[in-house]
Amino acid sequence: MNVSRRWLEAFLNRPLVARDLVPRLAMLGLPADAVEPVNAQLAPVVVGHVVELTPHPNADRLSVCQVDVGGGERRQVVTGAPNVALGAKYPFAALGVTLPNGLTLEKRKLRGEVSEGMLCSADELALGQDHDGLMTLTTDAPAGTPILEVLGLGDDRLVLDVSPMRGDLLGHKGIARELAASLKMPFRLPAVPGTDPAVGASIRRVERRAARMAGSSALPDGLEIAVETGSSCRRFTAAIIEGVAVGPSPDWLRQRLEAVGQRSINNLVDITNYVMFELGQPLHAFDGARIRGGRLAARLATAGERVTTLDGTERTLSASMTVVADGAGAVGVAGIMGGGDSEVSDGTTTIVLEAAYWDPGETRMTRRALGLASEASQRFERGVDLWGLPDVLRRAIELTLVVAGGRLVDAVDVWPVPSNPPRIFLRQARVRQIVGVDLSLAAIEQTMVAIGATVLSKPDDGRLAVDVPGWRRDLTTEIDLVEEVARIYGYDKLPDDLRPFRAGAQVRAPIDVAAARVRQGLAAEGLFEVVLLPIGPATSDQAVPVLNPLSADHGFLRERLIPGLIGQVEANWAAQVRDIRLFEVGTAFLAGPSRPAETTRVAAVVTGAGAPAHWSDSGKTADVDWWDLKGLFERTVSLANPGASVQVEGGELVARLPGGQVVGRASVLSADAPPWAGPVFGLEVELDPAAPAPVPFVPPPTVPSSSRDLALVVPWSVSAESVTTEMRKSGAGLLESVAVIDEYRGPGIAPGARSLAFRLVFRRREKTLKDNEVDSAVNRIRGALEKQLGVTLRS
Amino acid sequence: MDPTGYPDLDALLPRLAAIEGLTPDALEAERIAILGRKQGALTALLRTLPALAPEERKALGAAVNRVKQAFEAAFDHLTTGTGDRPEAAAGLDLTMPGRGRWIGADHPVTRVTTEICEIFASLGFAVAVGPEVEDEWMNFFALNFPENHPALDAHDTLFLSEGSSERADRAGGRLLLRTHTSPVQIRTMQSGPPPYRVVIPGMVYRNDPFDPSHAPAFAQIEGLAVDEGIGMVDLKATLTHFVRKFFGPKTAVRFRPSYFPFTEPSGELDIECQLCHGNGCPACKQTGWMEILGCGMVHPNVLTNAGVDAEKYSGWAFGMGPGRVAMNRYGLPDIRYLYSGDMRLLRQLGGTGR
Repeated sequence: MNVSRRWLEAFLNRPLVARDLVPRLAMLGLPADAVEPVNAQLAPVVVGHVVELTPHPNADRLSVCQVDVGGGERRQVVTGAPNVALGAKYPFAALGVTLPNGLTLEKRKLRGEVSEGMLCSADELALGQDHDGLMTLTTDAPAGTPILEVLGLGDDRLVLDVSPMRGDLLGHKGIARELAASLKMPFRLPAVPGTDPAVGASIRRVERRAARMAGSSALPDGLEIAVETGSSCRRFTAAIIEGVAVGPSPDWLRQRLEAVGQRSINNLVDITNYVMFELGQPLHAFDGARIRGGRLAARLATAGERVTTLDGTERTLSASMTVVADGAGAVGVAGIMGGGDSEVSDGTTTIVLEAAYWDPGETRMTRRALGLASEASQRFERGVDLWGLPDVLRRAIELTLVVAGGRLVDAVDVWPVPSNPPRIFLRQARVRQIVGVDLSLAAIEQTMVAIGATVLSKPDDGRLAVDVPGWRRDLTTEIDLVEEVARIYGYDKLPDDLRPFRAGAQVRAPIDVAAARVRQGLAAEGLFEVVLLPIGPATSDQAVPVLNPLSADHGFLRERLIPGLIGQVEANWAAQVRDIRLFEVGTAFLAGPSRPAETTRVAAVVTGAGAPAHWSDSGKTADVDWWDLKGLFERTVSLANPGASVQVEGGELVARLPGGQVVGRASVLSADAPPWAGPVFGLEVELDPAAPAPVPFVPPPTVPSSSRDLALVVPWSVSAESVTTEMRKSGAGLLESVAVIDEYRGPGIAPGARSLAFRLVFRRREKTLKDNEVDSAVNRIRGALEKQLGVTLRS
Repeated sequence: MDPTGYPDLDALLPRLAAIEGLTPDALEAERIAILGRKQGALTALLRTLPALAPEERKALGAAVNRVKQAFEAAFDHLTTGTGDRPEAAAGLDLTMPGRGRWIGADHPVTRVTTEICEIFASLGFAVAVGPEVEDEWMNFFALNFPENHPALDAHDTLFLSEGSSERADRAGGRLLLRTHTSPVQIRTMQSGPPPYRVVIPGMVYRNDPFDPSHAPAFAQIEGLAVDEGIGMVDLKATLTHFVRKFFGPKTAVRFRPSYFPFTEPSGELDIECQLCHGNGCPACKQTGWMEILGCGMVHPNVLTNAGVDAEKYSGWAFGMGPGRVAMNRYGLPDIRYLYSGDMRLLRQLGGTGR
């Protein structure tokens, strides 16, 4: 909502400063998105007083003026204006000033006489069409006073961010009311030049669905107003004014509209806009001569009905939309935009002003269906003041009569089902409970009066009966009033000392604990966490689609995290980054019978050097390989899903729960890699929210261990894992640990086999092992390996 | 030190290793015994050199000198106390770069979220989470969003279905990607009796294309406190406390009215602009303030919809975007940096150097 500071000043009858206004409005719940000075380009133009005037020595039509420009300074100005007069005051623009027409003033000589600036016409200042002569300033203001001040054109446009709940703040009156409540002062509708407050237009109330209005020259048979829809139009007011003269708006009207960023069109259209920005109620002005069939009706559209709106676009309507129609067809989309056919034009002499209440929900649906938002739809969607319609129409009639002349023929208010604004009871105790501050009933009553409510105090039972003002459609229940009390009381006045509290009984979500553990663990493994979009292209034909995606690239919920990470690897390659280590913890979605199944997962990708380059490697840092992946996978599984074990399956690694369910995978990945890139490895593991069981305490051993290295010839058909398993089985409880320490293939080893070296550590917890005990355990193991697996000692 | 091959010299090596454990007195005695001009063991060996053949003299001389230097360095080190460096860096240029390992980091948004959760944990709040797929009732109607109201426009929603088999019986059964973490408030309140004190981090979704300040999915964190006798003063006090813990004890805070469907009274908390510190700059639209979170007293309809007695209990809730906080903290001009896997950026933001 664009708001003019000066317009608000007119309501409050006091000067306001934008610097103070903005924080005050913010504290009322009305933050400003921007504050823009209006007519800023005229700010440097000042009052110039012509103190000497001589004819130009070398040119008949030019004059040389000595101009007092304030501050004891004089400038010589050469002008060709015929109306320049000694002792008169004109707008003066100094050297360097850029005028609204883009001209920047420079020092120059006109036929030998220096001119240091310019005396301006209204046209040059974009203040009117008159370019025949200088703009004479009739003012007592001394030379040097800014003309914005003299002409009353200095203004600030506040761009306010109005809550969708507060339709009443889409007009200056509503904002002035808020300010008045905050400043604890009265406010009133500004007087408009020329209006006679004694003349109040009379409007006939008709409590039926239709009314007939008196005729005029343009509407000889009169005008029938009909409300033919049930819910979408609750009240419809109209006025016929004949003998109007369409023309440009007076300056005050034009300036008001320009201050809020509206373009002046003609006096009649400007009046409807002015009233909308003043009172928040949109109006429409029809050319009376172009209303066909002598009637205006609010009715539902017929399916496929067409109307050309004011923006020149033909719209096709559906049967759920409401239109304003004349005897021949739709002439406007209700609450959104009028039609071009009945628009006011230069030849208009009779107008029909219309102000109605259109249902917020239906307006919103129509606006969305047509994709056509307007100043009007914005207001109707938020709800206009049903009870304020006659006042709005009266204001528009008065302004029309003053600005465009004419005579009011008739005005009706068709209100089939009259009603009153709601009455709400507000308990003092409820205010104390919700706000936490003990306010007297009288103090609460004051806040209610300040927002425009009518209050009946019931001190005996500690409550107020509050008749809500009609423009506050958002106030429907007691809690709405509690909010108003707090708001007008002032959030800044609430204390902010912590009071004692009871801790909640809730426990931290286990999956959050697990995710934190995984993040910490993988960061310690040297990986960086990323957060990627969970919506993307389909990763399989089972992927869950989004019904209204932004684009095909964001059309599906991700089933796995890895594809997103591969994309990031490729992006790094595109930036010539080779060493990449990323992980993500996030949600994956799998199609389910009634709704998608969500799992929290971790995925990681690694490629490039396995460690930062170091000179001791002679520039040949090893790339990550399968063994890095396996180590990372085992670590990730132990963090994310400690109940699972890592197994080899086909060409990849899987993490499997004791029940057989696969909860993770790791393998080499294919990606769109440049030739210099290393192989990419990736893993993805589902998180188990269950906390890992604590490892039971075992006292550290007190006796020394003995170790033996065994070099074995192992056929390719026998896995290293089966060898260690057999070693453990046959180690008779003395084998504490076993590790592969070397692999050799090549000369000396039969084809189809390799040599694997193992380090076996033996220990008996109670008593130091003797050499011969260790030897016999090794022999037992050797025997079992040979018998069970055909694995022999390397000779 | 490696053996030299000369038995007389090698016999001294164990004593080199033992120097470190000596008392100051014993250390001096040992220095004289090894290096002393008169009876020092090495001095004695050097005295034998002139009698040897030239080749042998050269070899033994070099070996003796190496051992002598090692002893001297060890004695110097221990007597001048230049630090715990028993393996004197003989032969090493310690200006050469050290060996590193990869260091990773969690995401800036994770870091911010974790800090927020920790501060609220100290105020008795536990972390709660919930599904990202919800239905319209959970996401909107339970939270007091009126049907067909402009307030819904700010929540341009990504829908997954026209209807749901689960809730075909009532309005609001359409499945969607949650537009805020607020449904978890309802789930929390449905899970047991008050009091409730939870913080709710999670991913939320909007039908917004990527631009410098919008993303189709982003992190949000909410908080909920419900009990008997909780009022706006507690909301203001707790959030002011949080903001000062998070942004610094002297941070200026402003609590001003706002409107949300699910809270009433509603408010927003501003902190002094972190760029200009209140002087006014383009980032804060010249106001000197930066909006940091939305909050309010839980609307009685929300309590009722969640099965909580709205006359007996009251409470407050807040919501904020850790992504926006992270952008401020790290000076990111565009939200899209938060969705990047660029290693150079992640290293910089992680502050890890590698």
